[in-house]
Amino acid sequence: MKSLMSFALAIFMGMASLAMAEEAPRRGGTLQSVLWPEPPGIMTGIYTQSSALLPTTKIFESLLTYDFNLNPHPNLAESWEISPDGLKYTFKLRENVRWHDGEAFTADDVVFTYGDYLIEVHPRARAVFERAQVSKLDDHTVVFELKEPFAPLIRSFDLCCLIVPEHLYKGTDFRKNPNNLAPIGTGPFKFDEWKRGEYIHLARNDDYWRDGLPYLDDIYYRFVPDAASRALALETGQMHIATQNDLELFDVDRLSKLPHLDVTTKGWEWGSPIVWIEMNLRKEPFSDKRFRQAMMYALDQNYFRDVIFQGYAKVATGPVHSASPFYEPDVPAYRQDLKKAEALLDEMGLKPDADGKRTTIKLLGLPYGEMWNRSAEYTRQALRKVGIEVILEPSDPAGWATRTRNWDFEMTMYFLTTMGDPALGVSRTFLSDNRKQGVLFTNHAGYANPEVDALFNKAAVSVDEEERKQLYSQVQKILVDDAAVLWLVELVWPTVYNKKLHNVVTGASGPNSSFADAWLAE
Amino acid sequence: MRFVYAFAAWLPRALLVLVAIGLLNFFLIRLAPGDPASVLAGETGASDARYIEEIRKSYGLDQPLWLQAATYLRNLATFDLGVSYRMQRDVADIIGERIPATLLLTSTALVLAIIIGTLLGIQAARRAGTWQDTVISAFAMLCYATPVFWVGLLLVLLLSVHAGILPPFGMSGLIPKSGFAAVLDALHHLVLPVMTLALFYFAVYVRLGRSATVEVLGRDFVRSARAKGLSERQVLRRHVLRNSVIPVVTMAGLQVGQLLGGAVIVESVFAWPGIGRLAFDALMQRDYNLILGIFFVSSIMVVLANLITDLAVRSIDPRVGRS
Repeated sequence: MKSLMSFALAIFMGMASLAMAEEAPRRGGTLQSVLWPEPPGIMTGIYTQSSALLPTTKIFESLLTYDFNLNPHPNLAESWEISPDGLKYTFKLRENVRWHDGEAFTADDVVFTYGDYLIEVHPRARAVFERAQVSKLDDHTVVFELKEPFAPLIRSFDLCCLIVPEHLYKGTDFRKNPNNLAPIGTGPFKFDEWKRGEYIHLARNDDYWRDGLPYLDDIYYRFVPDAASRALALETGQMHIATQNDLELFDVDRLSKLPHLDVTTKGWEWGSPIVWIEMNLRKEPFSDKRFRQAMMYALDQNYFRDVIFQGYAKVATGPVHSASPFYEPDVPAYRQDLKKAEALLDEMGLKPDADGKRTTIKLLGLPYGEMWNRSAEYTRQALRKVGIEVILEPSDPAGWATRTRNWDFEMTMYFLTTMGDPALGVSRTFLSDNRKQGVLFTNHAGYANPEVDALFNKAAVSVDEEERKQLYSQVQKILVDDAAVLWLVELVWPTVYNKKLHNVVTGASGPNSSFADAWLAE
Repeated sequence: MRFVYAFAAWLPRALLVLVAIGLLNFFLIRLAPGDPASVLAGETGASDARYIEEIRKSYGLDQPLWLQAATYLRNLATFDLGVSYRMQRDVADIIGERIPATLLLTSTALVLAIIIGTLLGIQAARRAGTWQDTVISAFAMLCYATPVFWVGLLLVLLLSVHAGILPPFGMSGLIPKSGFAAVLDALHHLVLPVMTLALFYFAVYVRLGRSATVEVLGRDFVRSARAKGLSERQVLRRHVLRNSVIPVVTMAGLQVGQLLGGAVIVESVFAWPGIGRLAFDALMQRDYNLILGIFFVSSIMVVLANLITDLAVRSIDPRVGRS
């Protein structure tokens, strides 16, 4: 009996130590990551394509990082303070940080990044940081001073706005600086090699400011152009991770069942993309709210979620993403109801002809692959059921962008990142003073509602979080009732990764975090 | 001397063709909706008119079209292909990086396909109407009718995923090697894409080889050769082969011209870092300088290939061009 007990104890101890060994991060290993499409460059600020972000965010770092609820956490800034009137942001910087070329990281780098570099090269960052005057108090303290409060500022220090080395960029032509080809950052990984058409190689930064990190020796970002080949590469274990649009969603479901792979949909809270159909409200019949509402009632959002996006989506109820702290769930609901849709169209006087057709409209689809083709095709079929004939207009990315930004459409389908705070990513679509022909991702539809303008503008400058929530709640109710755009689904991008890989998605930046903590089991 | 005259006659025509192609490409690409500024603004999510204007100005896209065309032609005369809008690098460098991979893939596949395809085609013609002819012709038809991407993925499934003997994609291993090991590694990675592409080309040469040989075998001079008492092998080598390879050489010449265009689908499926995929992406992104550079290099290749084919056919059949 005693020997049996000892045997059982030995097995238990063995299992326990095995479990502990599995939990302890391992130093070493090479991460193989899918990257598609091959980015044109990886210099932060200049190349902001989503595929450029994956390697860029390993080389460069931000002042702050954000958790899944978009709360800020220290990174290159070890602490910060916001004055009660919301006009002054003071950041205390870390003192033990060095650039990959050995120079010390100081307040000059931060002042240069936000005061000069980003203002010149990065249009989205420019919209935020042009509001602030950045100055240095001492070598490790910087101050952002605003003329009027702008509460979203504290949520603006992540992906778009990584810090660049002043000593290499000041006084140069930023876009033509030779360092763009071999970027120098402060991050856990250094740029090593870019074999065009094949891979980007990043090597471990042995002088990283977080002791003992990163765990990984290096990272290869491999360009695999074909979606089926990317799925196969994960299946065979050649690649450890793929994310965002790397995989067709019908492959994700299959891959998720394989024993060596895991799937997470977390890590896109900062982007929070919503799929919608924007209508040109300058044209009949879109200018009539009843027509827009009728289309909302004719479409089945659950179909988009379950069939087209294979469950990797969530029904969108309005302009603010449900991951946002400003989300208002209590808005008018548009469950599919064909009778209601027909009644609204009848009320407008759009009676069906002998073939059952009431009107014909055009939809400019998003040329980003199979999911989007299916979305447009379903929209056509669903609207036909209530007598609205839809002509699908094909295009390629350049054609889509040109027609949309020049208001040359009747309906255009796309997705837009709502960027954590409505003042950063939502109001731009609805503010009447943002109707800028020729500029993409503005108010293309021509929506104009003085009440909505007033609410958005007041919320952007309020420093009282509760008041902001209240104001955004009101604006959501108005916009949804107006059916200002046809909200379809919130996109949930899957990250598929090998179970050997740990600490993949640890915050709102998901796979675009620094990977300092990521490690590979044997 | 005959070849020198042919070359002298060819040169001015070739230059004229190159200028015409260059101009045509320049205007055609601008007929497509959208420009690089639209694409870059779309990718960056930029809501800023200043950004779009800056891009346009820095790339000279704000100038009148005729002035842009004149600048383009002037630069072309000095072989200055310009800078890629997206990558901010010299187009000549970008193309130079990709050409070796494409040439390695397409020329290996083409040479294999020509040799094996033509020999099998001749064999099918010699045994016309027998089971051998049926098997070869049916296999060639199957290869021709099957989509290349499907063959590629099937080969990956069979030989990489299940058998595990060949790498599924890329031109180098997961941990890149150097020296001779890198060459071996590249050859190992070359097998699957070459097989896929060669199977497609192969079908063309089987059909060509077979039909040309069947035709030649029925000609009077073959009957005469046989009547003279030559063995079947001699008839084939001296009289049939020489005549039946003319359409094969002509077709090969046309295809050599396309080699630089790359094999977009095969390069995509196997993540082969060639120029075909680069051209496709450049077109989608309206990277005018890059796409025009690729078209220009391809057109030089086509014009050169036509000359070489012409000379080769003259050398095989001296009657060609005698008039």
